[in-house]
Amino acid sequence: MAAEALVELENVHFSRGPHLVLAGVDMRIPQGAIVSLMGASGGGKTTMLNLMAGTLAPQSGRIRVAGQDLQALDFEDLYRLRRRMGMLFQHSALFTDFSAFENVAFPLRRHFRLSEGILRKLVLMKLEAVGLRGAAGLMPAELSGGMARRVALARAVVMDPMLIFYDEPFTGLDPISVGIIATLIRRLNDALGATSILVSHDVQETFSIADYGYILAGGKIIAEGSPEVLRASDSELARQFLGGQPDGPVPFHYPARDNYATALMSSAAAGEVI
Amino acid sequence: MAFLDFVPNLGRRVLLTIPNLGAAARFLLRSLVAVINRHFSIQQLLKQVYGFGVRSLLLMMVAAFFTGMVLGFQGYYALVRFGATSALGTLVALSLLRELGPVLTALLFAGRAGSALTAEISSMKATEQLNAMEMMAVNPFAWVVAPRLWAGIIVVPILCAIFDLVGILGGYLISVPVLGVDGGTFWAQMQSNVTFSGDILTGLFKALCFGLVVTWIAAWQGYAAQPTAEGVGNATTRSVVTASLAVLGLDFILTAFLFT
Repeated sequence: MAAEALVELENVHFSRGPHLVLAGVDMRIPQGAIVSLMGASGGGKTTMLNLMAGTLAPQSGRIRVAGQDLQALDFEDLYRLRRRMGMLFQHSALFTDFSAFENVAFPLRRHFRLSEGILRKLVLMKLEAVGLRGAAGLMPAELSGGMARRVALARAVVMDPMLIFYDEPFTGLDPISVGIIATLIRRLNDALGATSILVSHDVQETFSIADYGYILAGGKIIAEGSPEVLRASDSELARQFLGGQPDGPVPFHYPARDNYATALMSSAAAGEVI
Repeated sequence: MAFLDFVPNLGRRVLLTIPNLGAAARFLLRSLVAVINRHFSIQQLLKQVYGFGVRSLLLMMVAAFFTGMVLGFQGYYALVRFGATSALGTLVALSLLRELGPVLTALLFAGRAGSALTAEISSMKATEQLNAMEMMAVNPFAWVVAPRLWAGIIVVPILCAIFDLVGILGGYLISVPVLGVDGGTFWAQMQSNVTFSGDILTGLFKALCFGLVVTWIAAWQGYAAQPTAEGVGNATTRSVVTASLAVLGLDFILTAFLFT
């Protein structure tokens, strides 16, 4: 972790209404690395990506990206910074009325005045990199889940970003597609000299490509380090998560008001139990 | 006890509604201003004008034709008792130009284009397309919302003008060839009693206001929808119901100010 930090979080607090999502998170994402953010569903991982991208603002704490304090930036500066970021969304988020080609071309068309020839070359290069040049003319509805994810990946990197966010990139894909996406994430990160932040709960795939990882639980970071360090972590919570054990510090049972035997004996109607 | 619950419930609803209204007003302002954003595209605007206008045209014309014919019939049977069928042209034209044209156009527009607009924006939100745009540093207000809002403002008055024309034609076809009212009198009375600024322009102005309100409500309902399948469905229903009631309420206010 000696490299210069591209993203830094200092004591970040974030809550949604009464629900505290992040309770004082510190984090440092070094330049050029693939850093994974893991934790149980609903644990605030995606929220963290949104905070780092500036689409959400923390209630307190500071977030710096490329040396710029996100809270101090105005709308225009934030948008300027975002042109150097890319994001792969959980459900790909392709524009349904555009073809694969036009989806990838979209950010280029909106931000630059390029000739059609150059634009075509740039888009085809990115589609070729994800192995889908042949699918350039297909509409999103004609793509499989894995293909859609790859088109979205090509779109996320078409502006050659310095920072790429991946929100659950492996969810809902078959094993072959998972392998392809994992390889592409590593390859694109290294080829572009970018920094990647990967939110996932797919431990094996994530550890196979990540340089460093954070495990998030209860709004705090409970463990961090390289995959080897995390595997050897003495935190019970981290071990439960990485080992996929159904019960442990994160209980299997959602807390109930009364005990099981009393609930069974009770003559209350189904709705009243809750 | 039910009454005791009623007061705090009412208070809670009011307290929830006020910030929503504020958010909807901010949404409108941001969308209107986004027309000067560099991501606002004329091509997108024209695409929406085409989508809203051309695709609603046949529906509007059929509805207008029937409305005009019914007006011809009803007007004739009311006026014939007083021997005043010569005023039928005026009656048909004024009813359409001042009230029925703008209101029915807006109601049909809310059902046809407004519901589609809500469904489109809310599913874009549910599938994270709006977030994706934000992440690509493209303002979704400029690219998605503003072209649709301005298209609504442009299209509804034009549809209303067509509605008026087709409605008057429907009224004529029933009154003159079918019911035997004198054609010359029908047109001459209409010409002398309908004023351009007082009746035609104010009717179109009403349509413009309705266009803004219907598109605003439809876009806002889509934008504020819960990003789930159920949320999209609920938003679409709410969009049509709210927009229709808003048109009728606003019509009363505008009529009170414009025609008194």
